[in-house]
Amino acid sequence: MLGSKAGTQILDGNHAAAVGAKLSRVQVIAAYPITPQSPVTEKLSEYVEGGNLKAEYVAVESEHSALAVCSSASLVGARTFTASSSHGLAYMHEMLHWVAGTRLPVILACVNRAIGAPWNVLNDQQDSISQRDTGWIQIYARTNQEILDSVIQAYKIAETVYVPVMVCYDGYILSHTEMPVDVPSPRDVDSFLPPYKPHTILDPANPRNYNLVTLANPRVNAEGVLCHGYMEIRYLLQEALQNAGETIASVGREFGGLFGRSYASMLWEYSLDDAEIVIVAMGSLAMEAIVAADTLRDEGHRVGVLGLRVFRPFPKSDVVTALKKARLVVVFDKNISYGSEGATCSEIKSALYGSGANAVIRNFVVGLGGRDIKARELAGAVNKSLPALKEGVLNDEYPEWICHI
Amino acid sequence: MTSTTKVEERTLDSLLRLDRLPHIWCPGCGIGPAVGCFIRAVEDSGLNPDKIALVSGIGCTGRVAGYVKLDSFHTTHGRALPFATGLNLGNPDLNVVVFSGDGDLLAIGGNHLIHAARRNMDMTIICLNNFNYGMTGGQMGPTTPLDARSNTSPYGNIEYPFNVPYLVAASGATYVARWTVLHARQLEWSIAEAMIKPGFSFIEVLGPCPTLYGRMNKQPKGMDTMHHYQEKSVVKNGADPKDVGITAEGPIVVGKFVDIERPTFWEQCKLVIDRAQAKKNE
Ligand SMILES: Cc1ncc(C[n+]2csc(CCOP(=O)(O)OP(=O)(O)O)c2C)c(N)n1
Ligand code: SF4
Ligand SMILES: [Mg+2]
Repeated sequence: MLGSKAGTQILDGNHAAAVGAKLSRVQVIAAYPITPQSPVTEKLSEYVEGGNLKAEYVAVESEHSALAVCSSASLVGARTFTASSSHGLAYMHEMLHWVAGTRLPVILACVNRAIGAPWNVLNDQQDSISQRDTGWIQIYARTNQEILDSVIQAYKIAETVYVPVMVCYDGYILSHTEMPVDVPSPRDVDSFLPPYKPHTILDPANPRNYNLVTLANPRVNAEGVLCHGYMEIRYLLQEALQNAGETIASVGREFGGLFGRSYASMLWEYSLDDAEIVIVAMGSLAMEAIVAADTLRDEGHRVGVLGLRVFRPFPKSDVVTALKKARLVVVFDKNISYGSEGATCSEIKSALYGSGANAVIRNFVVGLGGRDIKARELAGAVNKSLPALKEGVLNDEYPEWICHI
Repeated sequence: MTSTTKVEERTLDSLLRLDRLPHIWCPGCGIGPAVGCFIRAVEDSGLNPDKIALVSGIGCTGRVAGYVKLDSFHTTHGRALPFATGLNLGNPDLNVVVFSGDGDLLAIGGNHLIHAARRNMDMTIICLNNFNYGMTGGQMGPTTPLDARSNTSPYGNIEYPFNVPYLVAASGATYVARWTVLHARQLEWSIAEAMIKPGFSFIEVLGPCPTLYGRMNKQPKGMDTMHHYQEKSVVKNGADPKDVGITAEGPIVVGKFVDIERPTFWEQCKLVIDRAQAKKNE
């Protein structure tokens, strides 16, 4: 059956995500269909009902329920998976907080799609960026291979640091585009990813209460033990994300050792060694940026690309190192934090503050609602930013938009 | 001598946004005929189209809101009823119609459906049931019959579906009917009757989805499903809603099942305001 053979296969991004979940031996899947995520759910239900994946597939009545099912299944010790996009992800918002707050290693594939109003089913990254502050780790894939690899790694990361992971990939550009994908053998994945061991488990033999009302201050429980207050619990989640970078890198390194594709860095770097101009992008746009960088090099500019693989936790110190030599940084965002700028641009600026870096930074908002963005437009935006470099104007208050207004 | 019957010409153009055509629906889809019945029902009812507002959720059926030349509102998935409730309470003179799919109204929007019925909101719901989520590619949902195939139940659905008229009747709807799009006349009259009647009126309309549900269930053409309706439908006005559940094999009980009187939410509002005012004036 397609998807269960090891070796190179031609898979679209949704299929790659489903194969990744299957190879991770997920035990409970709950999902509600939405364009462009639907084929993920169809593939998985086919594996389950065809007897090719020993798991329960729950065709829930909404995304909110999908994450509720995953969270309780995770609490009783099952490895869980869900997927969504756009409005579906927005509808999960409450449960996203809840899953992260409960420290459950649920994995969610987010097939990036624009969000309404007005309705639009095409790609941008506003959906997952809007969920930035829910306490989930966010990984962005540039290719279908990275989707499959990231899903498998996500389980190992999440089950080590007990923080849920969202694996994000661009709708249509990846979800519905076929590419060669090297599918690892189930045996190799088993040796990489041991069965899930929950940190605590709901068990009738040892009853527990979960997520009770927790007061602001620490409090002594009935057994006389001093328990954390709400704020300490929040601190621990932040601490887990702050420290997650090490796990993400070590899991990626181990994966590389076994499968020959290393994910030891939270960033993707292209031609940065001598680059004085750096293009920053996330997801499939980071691939497009490589073409733009090559074109600009042909024109005589020293250009490199910094792809953000992990957006949460944000790899601040890695970014500082990568941009140390840059004189001009051009950040492309497929999202907008209204009234401010693109979300990744804010992160880059915040990372560089106080680092001694003195690069000129320009931000472009591109590709919203599926607006096509080509390498030559990226190159054009870089060219347009060159005068700022000469003038030494470090910062623009607001981003430029590549659109018809 | 041959006698000729004069056929009254009726055109649907007056209430369609012709500039939006062609529509997105597949050949053989049941949504178009249901829209035809709705538009003729608006004409039959004698209601002023300027006082009618149509609300849809999301789905192939949800597209209806974009094609009718009425004040219309294409809302988010599952939330047609809360939007309609707002319209109804903001302007009680409006005749509010919700035209949406089975998935929209019964899956993600199921909670709103039972509560709008319970309150007896003054609105008419036309629920096009094609037994699956059409727009997203033919996945099973809460109306998919047991054992029927879909893209998320490739070996047959293991879940029992809702008996929709029973659900809405139990929730408090004062008018409940079910027709297929083959029953074009009855459907048209039923919609007109429901729109004129105050309170929560619900009409389940069975319509083919040949592209997805039909293809996966041995009815690859719209006409196959129409034949199925023809063979399996039994008209039973006044049937007890609990007996009208649908199975993949049929029978399909159609007819008007509930037509009762109960104060609407708005009437209850007025009552309580009057009571409070009277107390104040005592
Ligand atoms: C919150 C949210 N989840 C999922 C979707 C994707 N979605 C769009 S239409 C639809 C189902 C439509 O089914 P139904 O109401 O039966 O309409 P049909 O297409 O069959 O007419 C779904 C799941 C969405 N738009 N919003
Ligand atoms: S997919 Fe099905 S419901 Fe949607 S337009 Fe086509 S036939 Fe109609
Ligand atoms: Mg439907």
